Amino acid sequence: MAVDRGSHLKRLEDESIHIIREVAAEFRNPVMLYSIGKDSAVMLHLAMKAFYPSKPPFPLLHVDTTWKFKAMTEFRDMMAAKLGLDLIVHINEDGVRQNVGPFTHGSNYHTQVMKTDALKQALTKYGFDAAFGGARRDEEKSRAKERVFSFRTQNHGWDPKTQRPELWHLYNCRVAKGESIRVFPLSNWTELDIWQYIMMENIEIVPLYFAAVRPVIERDGTLLMIDDPDRIELKDGEVPEERLIRFRTLGCWPLTGAVESSAATLPDIVAEMLIARTSERQGRVIDHDESASMEKKKREGYF
Amino acid sequence: MQQSAIAEKLSPEAFAEYLESQEKKSFLRFITCGSVDDGKSTLIGRLLFETKLIFEDQLAAVERDSKKHGTTGEDIDLALLVDGLEAERQQGITIDVAYRFFTTDKRKFIVADTPGHEQYTRNMATGASTADLAVLLVDARHGIQVQTKRHAFLVSLLGIRHVVLAVNKIDLVNFDRAKFDAIREDFDKFARSFDFDTLVAVPISARYGDNVVQKSDRLPWYDGPSLLEHLEEIEVQSDLIERPFRMPVQWVNRPNLDFRGFSGTIATGKIRPGDPVVVAGSGREAKVSKIVTMDGELPEAVASEAVTICLDREIDVSRGDILVPPAHRPEVTDQFAAHIVWMAEEEMFPGRPYLLKIGTRTVTAQVTEIKHRIDVNTFDHLAAKELGLNEVGFCNVSLSEEIAFDPYETNRDTGAFVLIDRLTNATVGAGMVWFALRRATNIHWQALDVSKASRAALKGQKPAVLWFTGLSGSGKSTIANLVEKRLHAQGRHTYILDGDNVRHGLNRDLGFTDADRVENIRRVAETSKLFTEAGMITLVSFISPFRAERRMAREMLAEGEFLEVYIDTPIEICRQRDPKGLYKKADAGELKNFTGVDSPYEAPEHAEISIDTTTGEPEDHAERIVTLLKEHGIID
Repeated sequence: MAVDRGSHLKRLEDESIHIIREVAAEFRNPVMLYSIGKDSAVMLHLAMKAFYPSKPPFPLLHVDTTWKFKAMTEFRDMMAAKLGLDLIVHINEDGVRQNVGPFTHGSNYHTQVMKTDALKQALTKYGFDAAFGGARRDEEKSRAKERVFSFRTQNHGWDPKTQRPELWHLYNCRVAKGESIRVFPLSNWTELDIWQYIMMENIEIVPLYFAAVRPVIERDGTLLMIDDPDRIELKDGEVPEERLIRFRTLGCWPLTGAVESSAATLPDIVAEMLIARTSERQGRVIDHDESASMEKKKREGYF
Repeated sequence: MQQSAIAEKLSPEAFAEYLESQEKKSFLRFITCGSVDDGKSTLIGRLLFETKLIFEDQLAAVERDSKKHGTTGEDIDLALLVDGLEAERQQGITIDVAYRFFTTDKRKFIVADTPGHEQYTRNMATGASTADLAVLLVDARHGIQVQTKRHAFLVSLLGIRHVVLAVNKIDLVNFDRAKFDAIREDFDKFARSFDFDTLVAVPISARYGDNVVQKSDRLPWYDGPSLLEHLEEIEVQSDLIERPFRMPVQWVNRPNLDFRGFSGTIATGKIRPGDPVVVAGSGREAKVSKIVTMDGELPEAVASEAVTICLDREIDVSRGDILVPPAHRPEVTDQFAAHIVWMAEEEMFPGRPYLLKIGTRTVTAQVTEIKHRIDVNTFDHLAAKELGLNEVGFCNVSLSEEIAFDPYETNRDTGAFVLIDRLTNATVGAGMVWFALRRATNIHWQALDVSKASRAALKGQKPAVLWFTGLSGSGKSTIANLVEKRLHAQGRHTYILDGDNVRHGLNRDLGFTDADRVENIRRVAETSKLFTEAGMITLVSFISPFRAERRMAREMLAEGEFLEVYIDTPIEICRQRDPKGLYKKADAGELKNFTGVDSPYEAPEHAEISIDTTTGEPEDHAERIVTLLKEHGIID
């Protein structure tokens, strides 16, 4: 079942495909950042549509913090093989050598080293001049003003003053050597759009989005799933228990809160969305660190 | 019906039905315009709030923030829901375009939230460019302001045909009907000239929600729809499909030798297999053999759909071409008249080359003339030699090659362009094409039988331009003169175009403003080009302070013909030398726009040769330049 022609989802799909094609046509060396989450799943699906019957003329890049859920890594490799796409996996080896992790170094430092720095390393190493990301404007207040084409300086920095006016569907794809552009084809999608589209288009997503009984502990008000018992030290009074949970967003497992839910199918998830009482990013521990923290992270080169 | 209400009585059947209706929702993009005090952020906050897309934890966060920045006492400040960046939250003003989303059972909405201050014309143009409707906010206490007129003008300029006048803070004038009617009449009077397709005025209180989502019983005299009801019902894009077919080709899809398709988004119209199409410009014709998508081949594709079209025969089509019906072709031209909104700090000067992106095509362009500038507050037409940030001009534009376009008012996708700075790659302007200039089609090149090469060969040399640039008093003319003497002695055919001398004749109508400097260099570049046609070695000795114009001169000439000679003398030394006493005058304020004093000099980054005059004699420098000519094969 495909989306209804003339509907808002079709309009969003068309707009995203236009953006993805524009990048492929104008940039020398683009890449698609693949985070394995539901937004990445939609973005990848749109890329497959954009170039059909050709394959997308760019590789996928996954920045592996080494703390992703096992189910995510498996899903990633399965999808790349199934679609026959080039997948680049980049790990910050400096961080691995220093044993950087969220439990030992805190979420901020871990994210900085294993995600932000790692991403910059990979972009520099391969000389990508454009990188697709799955961010949406509705995710967070500071993203409402983000361009579809977000300009980055030679050291991957984001400066509000160098952002280009964006008119009509005319995207300025020109960069000097070393500069790059982060492209967000899902800018105008909301979380509800994403789920409805996944349902309509039957897009495969990581099973962690569906409710199942999984081992969790409660820490600082967040439900953490024990994805790798060897890498978590339980604090006094913490006893893992089996609970019916699912995830609304996916990232590093020690930094991603689960929600108690019995939504085991896509319609269940959408129904749950409609009565959602907490917004999606509440599940992400990193956002609680500081007010307007996403804006700071963006300036530093995080998405 | 609100979403949460649906969710509460969620039976499986009701839910299935609900989902189905969600998939058929239509889509409206609109822009809100108003100043900080008109309550624009509050209105958007109200729409988001009432449509229940504000989740409770976001509300909780806002409650916390309100205590720090809020302006409404203990109430939740709805405006804080929508103001984004940290800096502007602290300033309490909105400084860029923000896009917000909300949805009802009937429509998904994207709101472009733009600030109303004069200096942010570019933001409004940006937000308006993708909007189909504009909500203009006015404060019921103050009525139509200068900025309301500005907003109406820009909205009209950007081709928005549907306007809502939201008369806000109606509670603060005691819901007074006379006040509302007076404002509406005021607005009708000046907006008549814009000829909007629909114009609806709604009295509202964003703060208290009156007439925003639901009709308010505090305004019993108002018999129109609430703001949201109107936004849900209005039809804005119904005629896109009825217009002639246009598809700018984005990407040639060629997975293997057996498949060749043209991918793009259909701007207007519709297409079916079997329909004939031509490539606008070349006029090559073919029939559509199939319309390919990953979801299968389509019997028909329509405006705004992203598809891949295959043709029944091999014709030359590439990115930048537009596929159109043979019977309804767009105009093809290399000169047109357009409105330009300037968006960069650095002014736009006629004659300066920019990149122009229209549809999927990028060409080099220059504004040949600013017919007039438009005062966005009074709509007066003013004379202008340049366009500054946030200024709007009606301009003649000349392109390096022909492009196909439709007038913007008939097609926003094939009539809109952006201008890009060639050095910084910044987007510096936005334009809307009005009509092709016929002049171009009537002046054809006169083909000449004796060529540049044959003229030069007769002189035993290759034509070249030695472009001397540097500060006043740097020694350009002295060294150029010595170089010419040496070349002349060797029997070469040369000519010197000297800045001061040319300003006595060809350029005597030009002053020293930035705009005149650009024109000064353009004329000299054109003249030196004629001299190269004649086979000459031309020595141009001009301060030529701007990189962009030197680059323009370089690009006018054939590869290898332009040799940039940077006479690199520090300003302190030029000032000491001051051979014509000009620095003294400039320092005393008697000479305006003097390079190095109150006008900038942009040093070359890739000159063929840099001469440091602080060491060595002028004769040595001249000898180095003659050697350079040998190295470049200009002379043997």
